[in-house]
Amino acid sequence: MSQKLRRSMLFVPGSNAAMLSSSFIYDADAIMFDLEDSVSIREKDTARLLVYNALQHPLYDDIETVVRVNSLDTQFGKADVLAMVKAGVDVIRLAKTDTLQDVLEMEMMIEQAEMEFGRELGSTKMLAAIESAMGINNAVAIANGSKRLIGIALGAEDYVRDLRTQRSAEGIELLFARCSILQAARAAGIMAFDTVYSDSANEEGFLQEASLIHGLGFDGKSLINPRQIELLHHVFAPSQADVDHAIAVIEAAEEGERQGTGVVSLNGKMVDGPIIERARWTLERAKSGIKR
Amino acid sequence: MEIFQRSYAGTLESSDLLVEVAPAYESSIEVEISSSVEKQFEHAIRRVVMTTLDELGVKSARISINDKGALDCVIRARVQAAVLRAAQGEECHQLVWGAI
Repeated sequence: MSQKLRRSMLFVPGSNAAMLSSSFIYDADAIMFDLEDSVSIREKDTARLLVYNALQHPLYDDIETVVRVNSLDTQFGKADVLAMVKAGVDVIRLAKTDTLQDVLEMEMMIEQAEMEFGRELGSTKMLAAIESAMGINNAVAIANGSKRLIGIALGAEDYVRDLRTQRSAEGIELLFARCSILQAARAAGIMAFDTVYSDSANEEGFLQEASLIHGLGFDGKSLINPRQIELLHHVFAPSQADVDHAIAVIEAAEEGERQGTGVVSLNGKMVDGPIIERARWTLERAKSGIKR
Repeated sequence: MEIFQRSYAGTLESSDLLVEVAPAYESSIEVEISSSVEKQFEHAIRRVVMTTLDELGVKSARISINDKGALDCVIRARVQAAVLRAAQGEECHQLVWGAI
């Protein structure tokens, strides 16, 4: 299990200079610059250059950066990848990943760019967004498609259009896709990310969706409004009781190690590898807050 | 890089700038700057513009900058975009990334 927290990934339109100049002030786990759907065709070149230059600014040194690039079968995709790899982006997000071939083609393009610009081979990670029925059918192959993948994500707006339905408050239409993505990600040992909640004024609806995806087991969610960051982190934060229990588990495990016993018990329950790992993960999440 | 046509990049929104690039009559670089923070930062803006033009190999151009308090990285990006549009037109996506 990767220990990096990626609960909140804040989308920032790559063509918006003001947002690009200020999004580092928010406490998101990752900033996700967009060169794809939020950028008009005639601004693709200048958005690419804005993000290229922003990525090299010290403002973004201490925050994980993701860029959603245009598909490689558009006239913009290749230039997007070359520019972002040269600028040192942490993660390239592939939009509309339908097949394993999409992952392999992007991996080849990234590798070519790393060689061209002298970047360490394999240093640019990938995140594949699945946004169609075909993509969900191929989720297992996609999730296992590259060692560069940190995770797979659901893109719900295109997915529901493909299913010929629309999003509901309960999200029943997304349940199969969410479970498929989660299952494929976990089996491949990578992270799973949920889609955006588009109605940024509806706090109650956002919290309901965030609780649902947290309960299912997702690692995080894409966000479109900075106001959603703290709300989401609160949903993902462990309670004080969770933290107390995790500390007790770690202490019991350390005591067991000192005494040379492989397995120890806490309050009559066995404490073994998975329990200890979950306790460490709880304490990691608690660093950025405990549920009030 | 040679400037063939008048081109623009950017906006007049806060934290952004509008860059206009046009062919020069003589072989020289003329830069005109107006800025909401002109008194304090005109020198710094001019330096970023000149460095960016130099990196792109622009020897002759008329540049007009209308700045609304943009960061250095935004100024660089908008100047690069305007120059590429002025030099390459529709081919502005075919930038050789090693060159900048």
